[in-house]
Amino acid sequence: MTTMTDPPKESFELGMLINDTRYRSLTFQAIAAILLALAIWYLGGNLIQNLRAAGLNISYEFLGNPSGYDISQTLIDYNSQSSHGRAAIVGVLNTLLVAFLACVTATVFGVIAGVLRLSNNWLVAKIMSFYVEIFRNIPVLIWILIIFTIMIAVLPGPRAFRGDDAEASMLFGLFAFTNRGVYIPGPELTSPLFAATWLNWLMVLAVLVGSWFGAKALGNWATAKQEATGVRPTTWYITLAIWLAPVIILLTIMGLTWNVPALKGFNFNGGIKIGGALIALWFALSIYTGAFIAENVRAGIQAVSKGQTEAASALGLRPGRVMNLVVLPQALRVIIPPLISQYLNITKNSSLAIAVGYADITATLGGITLNQTGRAIECILLLMLFYLTASLTISAVMNVYNASTKLKER
Amino acid sequence: MADQTTNIAFVRTESIPPSPPPASEMGLVKWLKENLFSSWANGILTIVALYVIFVVLRGTMPWIFNGVWDTSSLAECREALNGATGACFSVLSERWHQFLYGIAYPGDQYWRPNLAFLWMAAAVAPVLFFDLPRKLLIITALFPFGAYWLIWGGSIMVPLVALAGVVAGGIAYTRLNKSSFAAGFFSAILAAFVVWWLGGYLIPEDQSNSLLQPVPSRDLGGFMLNMMLGITCVSLSIPLGIVLALGRQSDMPLIRWLCVIFIEFIRGVPLITLLFVASVMLAFLFPPGSNVDLFLRVVIMITMFSAAYIAEVIRGGLAALPKGQYEGADSLGLDYAQAMQLIILPQALKISIPGIVNVAVGLFKDTTLVSVISMFDIVGFIRGPLSAATEWNGVYWEPYLFACLMFFVVCYGISQYSQWLERRLATDHR
Repeated sequence: MTTMTDPPKESFELGMLINDTRYRSLTFQAIAAILLALAIWYLGGNLIQNLRAAGLNISYEFLGNPSGYDISQTLIDYNSQSSHGRAAIVGVLNTLLVAFLACVTATVFGVIAGVLRLSNNWLVAKIMSFYVEIFRNIPVLIWILIIFTIMIAVLPGPRAFRGDDAEASMLFGLFAFTNRGVYIPGPELTSPLFAATWLNWLMVLAVLVGSWFGAKALGNWATAKQEATGVRPTTWYITLAIWLAPVIILLTIMGLTWNVPALKGFNFNGGIKIGGALIALWFALSIYTGAFIAENVRAGIQAVSKGQTEAASALGLRPGRVMNLVVLPQALRVIIPPLISQYLNITKNSSLAIAVGYADITATLGGITLNQTGRAIECILLLMLFYLTASLTISAVMNVYNASTKLKER
Repeated sequence: MADQTTNIAFVRTESIPPSPPPASEMGLVKWLKENLFSSWANGILTIVALYVIFVVLRGTMPWIFNGVWDTSSLAECREALNGATGACFSVLSERWHQFLYGIAYPGDQYWRPNLAFLWMAAAVAPVLFFDLPRKLLIITALFPFGAYWLIWGGSIMVPLVALAGVVAGGIAYTRLNKSSFAAGFFSAILAAFVVWWLGGYLIPEDQSNSLLQPVPSRDLGGFMLNMMLGITCVSLSIPLGIVLALGRQSDMPLIRWLCVIFIEFIRGVPLITLLFVASVMLAFLFPPGSNVDLFLRVVIMITMFSAAYIAEVIRGGLAALPKGQYEGADSLGLDYAQAMQLIILPQALKISIPGIVNVAVGLFKDTTLVSVISMFDIVGFIRGPLSAATEWNGVYWEPYLFACLMFFVVCYGISQYSQWLERRLATDHR
């Protein structure tokens, strides 16, 4: 006769904490939490002790104090009496400005180089791979410094533009390339509608946005007509009128004139001055990142299978339309995710501005303000907070765009 | 019918050899036609490209070939050139040692970094080319300790004690790894720390009269500093990156979230801010009175930086493995450590090699950023001491050209190696 044994009792033993997979992860997490708390306690304790020894505290009051330094390139009003906080905002705007400009030009360079690298012209393809390899393998900091050196050491000083037989002359009489920066004609409104300048330009922008909607509506109408009758009405001159007429009328009312830079005394006056540091940073970032984008574009185009190109040719599409209608829309899906990270890289690399003295957030808040106030911890935390916010925002926006171009699968 | 054939006067018995294709369809002409002038637009593009090449060469060739190599200042060099276009390469021939070793490294000790560099070449070879005998890995294992002693000098006890600690850890690990990975791992750490703590008493306080003259970290510079930062940080960040990647994949929410926050934080901020942390903020986090070397602080921050990027690359590799590999490891009854070591990581790391190499190349280029926090690496040397030197004030192109060349050679070499390795490791059949 067999005796039935009792099923083992569910009892908790200490050994189960490490040997039973049900409890082991809890044990590990508890150990991790304890270690983390110990680390925070240790580092925080050191921090408090060190701060007390140095007679410092954590406070953000310095942001309201007058900064006492000047910034040559600003997008908003700023002088040395403005606060450190305002200097930081100037820096933020300058960072965003150079990041935006560099993203646009890097994309242009990258797409051109990437497409040309696949060109069936052997020489052009070789030149483009030379460009890509040279720029990808040399640090961006060196490129920024080289271009900055060209700006200040090779371009003539304003003095060279003086006299009847000047050594240098302005391009088309409108642009002056000097070692202090590039001067370009600036728009000026002689009879503005609003007192604040930016409100006027906002108005122009609003009109342009309106034109965009108008042009889009016209396009939709033309498509509907084409679908109904089979003939697409000719609309290009109406589109052109919708784009140009309102904005020209508005600018004429506001009395737009161009303020051309002219040599006065020892320097150029009037127009818009783009500092050498901004140009060096902008150009170096775009040409460096352009080389990376070129590789992404090439990989994206090569990822589209050859059958697609052949099928499009079999349908009778011309090579240009094959690229535009068949290859690029499919390649875009592959290109966009790495493109996002290149844009993030540009934003982060724009912090190298500090090497050439362009007043971005790193140079103002993390450079001069930090050195003047000695508030290292506060400044660096704010700096990191800004970059973190910018990075997360860019990747969020681009991810939305990425989702919209993604292959719709069922 | 039969006699009809005999009526034919002549029948060719062998075939005529094929006549050569027309001149426009062979050789150079065909190649030019297909590759450079296949259409009107292509022809114009070719001519424009040729013109661009011509302009660039016309500008640079005289400059390079007229270069002056043997003067001792820019003024003398200009004199020697006598108004002709030409480069003053004499800045390189006069200052090459400062470009390579920095301005402060003692001149009679250059053989030490040179020897360390040769050792590095020997140490890296068995890692990069796995056809070499595995015994050579002993050179690699000894390299960190030997290179540390060669470059910084001081008492030989420091690297010996460090080595003894690592050996003790290794022995403890191999003994206890049989029972469980965790036991082996933690006892190894414990053994190493015990040896280091005991060995600390063997290191003499006064190191001035040791075999190799001690060199403080602030005297390191030039391209040597870039190489040192690059190699140290890459080799430290790969294990850290693996740990972070595994942590991010973990089932334990606390550990997963810690890793996610760390990785996303580091990837969201530029390296410069982390270097600022190293130079001005990290000192606040160390115990009061401790004076941690700037080199070490920079190594900590750059390692954290590249570890976050490497972790993302390895996570991609882990995600690319088919789920069957994980399930297969489980069904064999392997525990987590065994499954990772034997099944998952070997495959995931193989997939990740191109990405890791990309990160390594990027990291090596980013070591130039230390010039912003006034360390005199090659870029810092060009921007600082060299441009301040009276004899070379105003020379721009030659030093930057040299720096570009150094970086290009190293980075291009690494990327070529990675492509070779990818072909070599491709075990799937195509």
